[in-house]
Amino acid sequence: MAYLPQIIFAVLLVLGIGFFAKNVKRLSRNIKLGKDVDVSDNKSQRWKNMAKIALGQTKMVVRPIAGLLHVIVYVGFIIINIEVLEIVLDGLLGTHRLFAPLGTVYDILIGSFEILALLVVVAVVAFWIRRNIIRLKRFMKPEMEGWPKQDGNLILYIELVLMFLFLTMNGADYQLQQMGADHYVQAGSFPVSQFLGPIFAGMSESTLILVERSAWWLHIVGILMFLNYLYYSKHLHILLAFPNTYYGNLKPKGQFKNLEAVTNEVKLMMDPSADPFAGPAEDAPVPEKFGASDVTDLSWVQLLNAYTCTECGRCTSECPANQTGKKLSPRKIMMDTRDRLQEVGKNIEANKGAFVADGKQLLGDYITNEELWACTSCNACVEACPVSIDPLSIIMDMRQYLVMEQSAAPTDLNNMMGNIENNGAPWPFNQMDRLNWTQEQ
Amino acid sequence: MSNELKVPTMAELFAAGQQPEVLFWVGCAGSFDDRAKKITKAFVKILNKANVSFAVLGTEESCTGDPAKRAGNEFLFQMQAVTNIEVMNAYGIKKVVTACPHCFNTLKNEYPGLGGEYEVVHHTQFLKQLLAEGRISMEGGQFKGKRITFHDPCYLGRANGVYEAPRELIRKLDAELVEMKNCKKKGLCCGAGGAQMFKEPEKGDKDVNIERTEQALETQPEIIAAGCPFCNTMMTDGVKNKEKESAIAVLDIAELIATAEDL
Ligand code: SF4
Ligand code: SF4
Repeated sequence: MAYLPQIIFAVLLVLGIGFFAKNVKRLSRNIKLGKDVDVSDNKSQRWKNMAKIALGQTKMVVRPIAGLLHVIVYVGFIIINIEVLEIVLDGLLGTHRLFAPLGTVYDILIGSFEILALLVVVAVVAFWIRRNIIRLKRFMKPEMEGWPKQDGNLILYIELVLMFLFLTMNGADYQLQQMGADHYVQAGSFPVSQFLGPIFAGMSESTLILVERSAWWLHIVGILMFLNYLYYSKHLHILLAFPNTYYGNLKPKGQFKNLEAVTNEVKLMMDPSADPFAGPAEDAPVPEKFGASDVTDLSWVQLLNAYTCTECGRCTSECPANQTGKKLSPRKIMMDTRDRLQEVGKNIEANKGAFVADGKQLLGDYITNEELWACTSCNACVEACPVSIDPLSIIMDMRQYLVMEQSAAPTDLNNMMGNIENNGAPWPFNQMDRLNWTQEQ
Repeated sequence: MSNELKVPTMAELFAAGQQPEVLFWVGCAGSFDDRAKKITKAFVKILNKANVSFAVLGTEESCTGDPAKRAGNEFLFQMQAVTNIEVMNAYGIKKVVTACPHCFNTLKNEYPGLGGEYEVVHHTQFLKQLLAEGRISMEGGQFKGKRITFHDPCYLGRANGVYEAPRELIRKLDAELVEMKNCKKKGLCCGAGGAQMFKEPEKGDKDVNIERTEQALETQPEIIAAGCPFCNTMMTDGVKNKEKESAIAVLDIAELIATAEDL
């Protein structure tokens, strides 16, 4: 029976990681529903971007307060993983503070974890205040009601509890070390949790062990639960920010892609030797749909974008359309895309691997024409996003669908396009008058 | 301001067996819009003064297709692009300058994929280059010490990373360049891009150009400088809306320079 805790631990670990792996598979299947795009170019630039933007957090600190708080939580998260490694090994081997023989290095490590844990608590409280008391405007937009709001707070509570458990575990451990309890080796330095002393004063050794063990178990179980919560949450960004910044757009922001299917048709139309009455060749592929009306018309990078979105709303707060009260919110575009993609994914699972038409699509059921037409294509959202998401590309793809598949442009735009077609200018002026300005005083 | 503009066309030069240094892409606004035509003329005056060998396409120029593309009409865009590219390639054009950031962006970034490879510069970049080569000289003159704020056109700035050329020119006028709270990378759109120029804005609390004009007015400028004919229109309308048109002028960088040099 001596091995029971180790067995229970191993089972929990396998379950936790196994369940997570299953969700990762789902995630990758959903992302692969997107169209293929070639992003194999410029590898060195891509690695650099990932190092700078995801690892180096360069775009986070554009807003200094949120940036600093985020860096604390982020560094805390990374460093604490070393501690988690020790916990996992201890759990599997039945040891306690396995890394203790590192001596001074160990003391410094544990000491710095403790300080970071405290800083994380401070940062999390500040984040909570920003969301719930100061109520920053960008967290109060309509798309943030309900689950997105809860999700944002939930993670703060989880982080708080995890840090609290970590410090309790250390605090009790410290007391036990002082008492010279069996199994509790003298190791580590406890610059924060030693101040929890008064709470433990007067507790017997067995009570302290109970406290220490409970905190230890809850801490690791909490971490496993957190891991599995990710898939259902915007907190997926802590993993996806890395691939997403790697695959981020490297071209000038103003350069929109030239649709190849259109190029082929235009060439044919302009080619004087082509027979205008010839029907399509027998083996011609089904003509491609122009633009996007549902998630499967988007590229996999755009779908990855949707899963990576942290709902921070920096895009929306910089968007001129949103700032002037229009319905468009680039964050909502990303959230809608993710929601619809989740829905499509569930549909596929329910129907044994094949999507069965559900009479819904991204355009219309999630995103309205009014939102799409409000965009000035200014790229403010793209610039603002701290994890290289491009909401504008989705907006443009959907506009293409509206115009080329549905002829559903606003009347004014139809007039403009008619003018370009007939006069070579968006206004109803004659092309032959293009030089008139040279004669006018 | 009376001397006649010299505006050779590609066709004329071609007939005479000449090739200009640069093609001046005038753009639809620059050709037809009354306000933008003044910018076009100011730029030509500077080119004439600097003895730059340039030409325009004139009646052979057609819309680049930018507004069609941003509206979602890729077909129309590519038809326009292919037609324009045919004309330009037939003349063997290597370098293009334009005073419209929308034309600039499209010609520079989207034409190469369709067979139109040119060196494309914005007129502020070109003017900066002329200055550096000593082909034009500038003194502040009447703009000395004036408070000028510059509105970054999205398609010049954020879209293509050109922030310094227009600012350097303003500083050369000995003017006091004051920045708005949203400038450069964080510049706020004037509200005209993405084909918005040609339609009514969606419902909201206010129009984008009003918001931007308010930001400009916060800097208490004497002049709002622009580098785009569409921005110019939007800011001019904004200033009128605020009934400040008698106190604050909205001027293109080319107009500033042409005026400073008394052209
Ligand atoms: S590009 Fe469109 S969505 Fe993005 S900030 Fe500009 S107006 Fe908003
Ligand atoms: S798209 Fe980027 S900026 Fe916008 S909410 Fe998502 S993560 Fe934030």
